Amino acid sequence: MRSPTQASPSGKAVRRRSSFVAALILAFVTTTSGQDPAPASPLTLVSRDARRAIPTSIQNGREVVALDDLANLFQLSVKEDALAGGVTVAYRGRTIVASTDRPIVSVEGRVVSLPAPMIRSGRRWLVPIEFISSALAPIYDQRIELRRASRLVILGDVRLPRVTASIDSAGPPTRATIEITPAAAVAVSADSGRMLVKIDADGLDFSASAMSGLIDRIRVGDQPNTVVVDTNGAGRATVTTANNVARVLIEVASTATSELKAPTPAPTPAPPSETPIPDPRALIAATRTWQTIVIDPGHGGDDVGVRSAKGVEEKQLTLDIARRLRGMVESRLGLRVILTRDDDRALGLDERAAVANNGKANLLISLHVNGSRVPDTSGAEVFHLQLDRQSAEFVRAATSEGASLPTIGGTVRRLDLIPWDLAQARHLDESSVLATVLQEELQRQIPMSPHPVRQGPMRVLAAANMPAALVEVAYLTNPQQESRLATDDFKTSVAQAVFSAIVRFRTWSEDSQGQ
Amino acid sequence: MNMKTWWLAFVGALAVLVLIALSIARMYGPARPAPTGEAPAASTPSTPKETAHITATLFFGAPDGQMLVPVRRDVALADTVAEQGRQILNAQLSEIPEAPNVSVIPAGTKLRAFYVTERGDAFVDLSSDVITGHPGGSLNELLTVYAIVDAVTANLPAARRVQILVDGKEADTIAGHVDLRRPLSRDDSLVRDADEK
Repeated sequence: MRSPTQASPSGKAVRRRSSFVAALILAFVTTTSGQDPAPASPLTLVSRDARRAIPTSIQNGREVVALDDLANLFQLSVKEDALAGGVTVAYRGRTIVASTDRPIVSVEGRVVSLPAPMIRSGRRWLVPIEFISSALAPIYDQRIELRRASRLVILGDVRLPRVTASIDSAGPPTRATIEITPAAAVAVSADSGRMLVKIDADGLDFSASAMSGLIDRIRVGDQPNTVVVDTNGAGRATVTTANNVARVLIEVASTATSELKAPTPAPTPAPPSETPIPDPRALIAATRTWQTIVIDPGHGGDDVGVRSAKGVEEKQLTLDIARRLRGMVESRLGLRVILTRDDDRALGLDERAAVANNGKANLLISLHVNGSRVPDTSGAEVFHLQLDRQSAEFVRAATSEGASLPTIGGTVRRLDLIPWDLAQARHLDESSVLATVLQEELQRQIPMSPHPVRQGPMRVLAAANMPAALVEVAYLTNPQQESRLATDDFKTSVAQAVFSAIVRFRTWSEDSQGQ
Repeated sequence: MNMKTWWLAFVGALAVLVLIALSIARMYGPARPAPTGEAPAASTPSTPKETAHITATLFFGAPDGQMLVPVRRDVALADTVAEQGRQILNAQLSEIPEAPNVSVIPAGTKLRAFYVTERGDAFVDLSSDVITGHPGGSLNELLTVYAIVDAVTANLPAARRVQILVDGKEADTIAGHVDLRRPLSRDDSLVRDADEK
């Protein structure tokens, strides 16, 4: 063996050659391993504090992320279990167990599927990026949302709505739509050559398709929660909200030929004023004149509803209260009141909604008396409709795509194709307001439940094509409440509270109309 | 052919005949239980050779009757998603909660069938006891429905939505309030956290 001191004069050259060869080998290794994983653009972790990159790579056609990178970002501990051939990821006592042989992980004892198994790469463990949403999110104490399309991982209570901008028609006038999901408050101001859309959010998950016509570009503004529409004409905007999606409908007409005049500029230079768009609910209310309300006494006939230990039946109480309420509304407000049933007979849930729809009612209130397996449970509750996710997506698609019918005047009338039994989908926001007003008025008169307003897939509300709510006035299974339900005083108090809520809700609608 | 060869041929032919007779008897004889290691029939309770279990989350009524509370229970490990679902639902329907929690499933309610489609829609077919034994009330009905929906979706990743059938048919509601005409997704808003009071 040759010692370093025995190096020949050409030893440096040999060492240089050796280093070069080593570098070549290293480069080769790096290159060959670089084919797998190939680099991918990083994900961005967005939290209230900062934005940080999460490096990812491609392995076997799947995008993967290293567990040690996740450990640094999310304060996780990662321990290898050599015996089991896997790792344990822990966060505040909650654990995920992953192995390399199966595309599943155990999250707190629950088996969760991943698109591919964990991979060992040198000293690193790589997991599909779906690990973030499927395994990490369930054990973390803050919300974690993976948005693959926009390559974002949202951590915590960050309001980062998806904002998409697209051209509807090149025109002129040019029409475009900006969709904000989930819906957020929007204010639009127009200036010469541009419109500023300010969204009540911490930032925007923004994407836009190619622009055309009189709109040059729709882009994120200087503020992270603003969108700028660069125009070649005078623009105006209307805002609508349905199913938790806010839509800003923009129309830009040529300045020379437009009937749509841009707002007259102020005589002296001033910062552009932001004109708040009226609440979309006002637009809905503006189309109606209050004439009719429908009161639905729950159950009836063979369907007695809840029956107390003493034999008091829900169907009798609901009809009694409904009649009292009808008297108050007709005599004091002069509105027409339709009861879905005015005697003791069975009536289907769809028939009840149909009575309200056919009567073109402005409001449907379904009256019920509650029951519980726990005798102590007490208090009134108000329910409004909660749409199942798939129904909500269906309605959203129907309202965004809709259908168009040509009219005699040559224009096109847009139709929203919503199934009849999901008619309530158009009124979810109004019904939410109605439920809140009912709760506030009821609590002035009678005891309320600890959960006074709830949402659920309530069948009688789903097909109602107007603001609608279901009121459970008390628990018939509670002995004290059963006694109170038998009194005129209590039933009148309930009717009075619902009456007051109707008055307030009508006022709210009229105020909205006036804005 | 000498005597020894003749004997050997005779014994060999006899053995072949016995084997053929046994095979015929096996083919036409009474049915036997499936060999161990095969999946048990869907309609019979799973009796795996080893007593392997999973820890499933079941849902009972909270002591105040206002929410559901998740409770961990050991349930026998099954070979298929559908069989695992049956094991979990049978436990959900029949387990009596420890006080002060209360059951939200009407007594006598039985699971008639359970299956999951490739789209992730699970179908839970219950006996009509779920309707006839239900005491009524909107909240009660919500708790009954979502105890079942959440028990399926919380434990079976393959099931994303649950449609409840009664006696093999679509049902409008159980007690006149909650819409059962469409599959329902998991709703955690009715579930009280373990450390929530």
